[in-house]
Amino acid sequence: MAREDYEVVIGLEVHAELATKTKIFCSCPTSFGAAPNTHICPICTAMPGTLPVLNEKVVEYAVRAGLATDCTISQDSKNDRKNYFYPDLPKAYQISQYDKPLCEHGKIEIDSSTGRKTIGITRIHIEEDAGKLNHDEFGRGSLVDLNRAGVPLIEIVSEPDLRSSEEVDLYLRKLKSILEYIEVSDCKMQEGSLRADVNVSIRKKGAKEYGTRTEMKNMNSFRSITRAIEYEIDRQVDVIDNGGVVEQETLRWDEVSGKTFSMRDKEDAQDYRYFPDPDLVAIKLSDEYIENIKKSLPELPESRKQRYLTEYHLSEKDANIITSSKYLSDLFEEASKICNNPKAVNNWIISDISRILNETEMEPVAIPFDSKQLAKLVMLIDKGTISSSIAKKVLVEMFEHPRDPEDIIDEKGWVQISDEGAIRDVVSKVLENNSQSVADYKAGKEKALGYLVGQAMKETRGKANPQMLNKMFKEELK
Amino acid sequence: MDITELTVHELQEKLKNKELSSLDITKAYVDRMNEKEKDVQAFVTTLEEEALEQAKKIDEEINKGEATGEFAGIPIGIKDNICTKGVKTTCSSRMLENFVSPYDATVVEKLNNEKMINLGKLNMDEFAMGGSTEYSYFKKTRNPWNLNKVPGGSSGGSAAAVASGMVPWALGSDTGGSIRQPASFCGVVGLKPTYGLVSRYGLVAFASSLDQIGPITKDVYDSAMLLNIIAGHDERDTTSKEVEKVDYTKYLKDNVKGLKIGVPKEFFGEGINEEVKASLEKAIETYKELGAEVEEFSLDIAKYSLATYYIIACAEASSNLGRFDGIRYGYRAKDFKDLKDLYRKSRSEGFGPEVKRRIILGTYVLSSGYYDAYYKKAQQVRTLVMNEFNKAFQKYDVLLTPTSPTVAFDIGSKSNNPLEMYLADICTVSVNIGGLPGISIPCGLDKEGMPIGMQLIGNKFQEGTILNAAYTFEQKTKFRENYKPTFRKGEE
Repeated sequence: MAREDYEVVIGLEVHAELATKTKIFCSCPTSFGAAPNTHICPICTAMPGTLPVLNEKVVEYAVRAGLATDCTISQDSKNDRKNYFYPDLPKAYQISQYDKPLCEHGKIEIDSSTGRKTIGITRIHIEEDAGKLNHDEFGRGSLVDLNRAGVPLIEIVSEPDLRSSEEVDLYLRKLKSILEYIEVSDCKMQEGSLRADVNVSIRKKGAKEYGTRTEMKNMNSFRSITRAIEYEIDRQVDVIDNGGVVEQETLRWDEVSGKTFSMRDKEDAQDYRYFPDPDLVAIKLSDEYIENIKKSLPELPESRKQRYLTEYHLSEKDANIITSSKYLSDLFEEASKICNNPKAVNNWIISDISRILNETEMEPVAIPFDSKQLAKLVMLIDKGTISSSIAKKVLVEMFEHPRDPEDIIDEKGWVQISDEGAIRDVVSKVLENNSQSVADYKAGKEKALGYLVGQAMKETRGKANPQMLNKMFKEELK
Repeated sequence: MDITELTVHELQEKLKNKELSSLDITKAYVDRMNEKEKDVQAFVTTLEEEALEQAKKIDEEINKGEATGEFAGIPIGIKDNICTKGVKTTCSSRMLENFVSPYDATVVEKLNNEKMINLGKLNMDEFAMGGSTEYSYFKKTRNPWNLNKVPGGSSGGSAAAVASGMVPWALGSDTGGSIRQPASFCGVVGLKPTYGLVSRYGLVAFASSLDQIGPITKDVYDSAMLLNIIAGHDERDTTSKEVEKVDYTKYLKDNVKGLKIGVPKEFFGEGINEEVKASLEKAIETYKELGAEVEEFSLDIAKYSLATYYIIACAEASSNLGRFDGIRYGYRAKDFKDLKDLYRKSRSEGFGPEVKRRIILGTYVLSSGYYDAYYKKAQQVRTLVMNEFNKAFQKYDVLLTPTSPTVAFDIGSKSNNPLEMYLADICTVSVNIGGLPGISIPCGLDKEGMPIGMQLIGNKFQEGTILNAAYTFEQKTKFRENYKPTFRKGEE
């Protein structure tokens, strides 16, 4: 059978590191990139006799995430221990939540090529991250870095409602933007602060039972997730078409070969022996507490999008792109306010900025310039200081060596030539050297004017004011 | 005057009126340690020199008027599962043979704030699992009343050290009777506080929902004083409760007139030694004479406590002891082929048989398919036990039981029979299951001269009530004045 004869069923478990200043059960900092084992203490290294104390911010952030995804917030929740041995897990158990998660029964809306769709959120629970194993450069084995051990996470489990890699991509982007908007996670995928376990299965169209699923763990780029899902669907179709059965297993996606590989075999099926953590008291939340968090939630992407449609008259597509990231959306609103030209700001974000982000696989939050600098760029064009073609070069410069656009223009000598005398000199020169085009224009070939302007731009290395050139050529050729 | 026979409140008095210096006291205890330790074997680590050094310093501070702590210069011994910065904390396990904690337990900070002097770390059953201190990796502690008998456990080192006068008082820990039963076997006073009264931060966890640190002392007054020091909410232990700070010595009124004492008959049934029973009956008579109202009642649920206890305690232990994996600290096997082998060998070689037995039991009761039948059921029974105790405390102020069904038994007589060893906990475990305070005080000797212990159980946070009941009995019966450990070798 062909791939079209199968329905794809995908569910995601997304882990997001929370942007709290300190870890979930101790007061060590959560910041990324410190020297190994410098953000540790007796508690997060599981010294004998230490006890966890739940960071209240973690509960608050998880409740924010729950409310922002339409979840029901549990007023009586608890922490459980998930027991297993691994060197990056110092206590030999992860404090997580098992049967009483903080948030349940939520949903997220996505807009796919087939229209609007609701993806169910099964649950959101809080847990601690594990440390990291680094391979010793001297080949003596593995070294454990516990800086990340105890960094707070929320795990967002979706219903198996996703039907394609496209939907997964949209769902993840929407989820990421929500988490950024409510400022509970910085969602830096490259640093692993947002990562997904992807469960994929296929079944014959119309079948009621789900097929056997495989799980790909710790995926942290949109591109790999899409590729891995596509590969895995093909693989499962192949297996079934060749009369085989899909094995329930954990797979590792290999970016280089573009294939998935089996990670563990079934003999290793883990029994985590979950039980309530006796070191921690139950998490009881009052109506008032939940209500206060609800009130403090900022405007969410969906509502911003609607506002952009009416307030700024953006197209649906543009509004979707801009609101997909809180950072882009803030950049848009702030820059528009400063330069008073939302249309131009929109165009910059949708075209050049998005293109550069895509090409360099950069997250919007990593954009090295701020809204003021983007607004200045727009204003420089509006004032005629630079042409829009120069502006494109300035933008590239702003990405590569971030500084004020004025400084870039000064340094590079990119100020637009708007001096009438200078322009007239160039025009005269071009007219002299292109008599054929002059003749063509006079014979009624309008296109020849464009060629002449182009020559003048070439002559000035793009710096001549194009409007002035146009006007002056027309005058001369009357 | 033999300094090592004085109680802490007596020492405190003599320190105050300059009859004794801290150095006099510390030296007396160090000398006693040098004399008795070879027979009793109570210590894992002794700190003679450090202690003497510290005593000199504190004396200077006292003379200059700087050391104002009420207990400045008083020595103490600490069970070796309570973390002490810079001094080994072994839990009497090969696993932690050379482990030095990077921090002090909250209770140790409190002792340090008082400027008390740590004389050493006391032997115990490995990771507090056992009732005889025979499961220590390092040594078998002996009962000062008969060196062929066990001191009880798991805080056997603490009880034996107090009974033999090698420390004036000590800290122990109690998960299912580990303070009260050795106190009973060694003829001293042992108090397990209400769950949540004393911070567990820095107590190496055996069973988190049951563990409590408590005093082992020569008399009840000392227990009240040591409880004053260690009790109180700790923000590092969220299971510790915010309760009003009280002075427990204020409860010691030497008066039990009108006190309602309930005697649960199930604790006097099958398996209880006749001499123990007789001694307890005599104690009941004493209370009656003192004006208490004593009544027998049925605490039927108690018979399920032991099974409930061993399920919950082992389940929690199996998880709590996972961190001893040979990766960051503690014992690591010499040769291993891969990660699994490293775990397997380090844990097989680092843990003793009783610890392994309980890890296996605990792993089993938590495993999928068995959780509901064991762990979940045990938690339900636990709730029932608590309910029954609540009912009892609507009628009675104090419950009176034996601390242990027997007196101290011979070394080696039960160590190969774990079930029989577990049965020795039958009187004490209910108190931990209920999260209640319990105290053991001596109430007599059997024909062979071994101490018999009486347990008084109170309602939650009613330590004052049981301390007063114990104190009043002690004042009347004067066990300590009448009997002393003999250090005899017994019949071999």
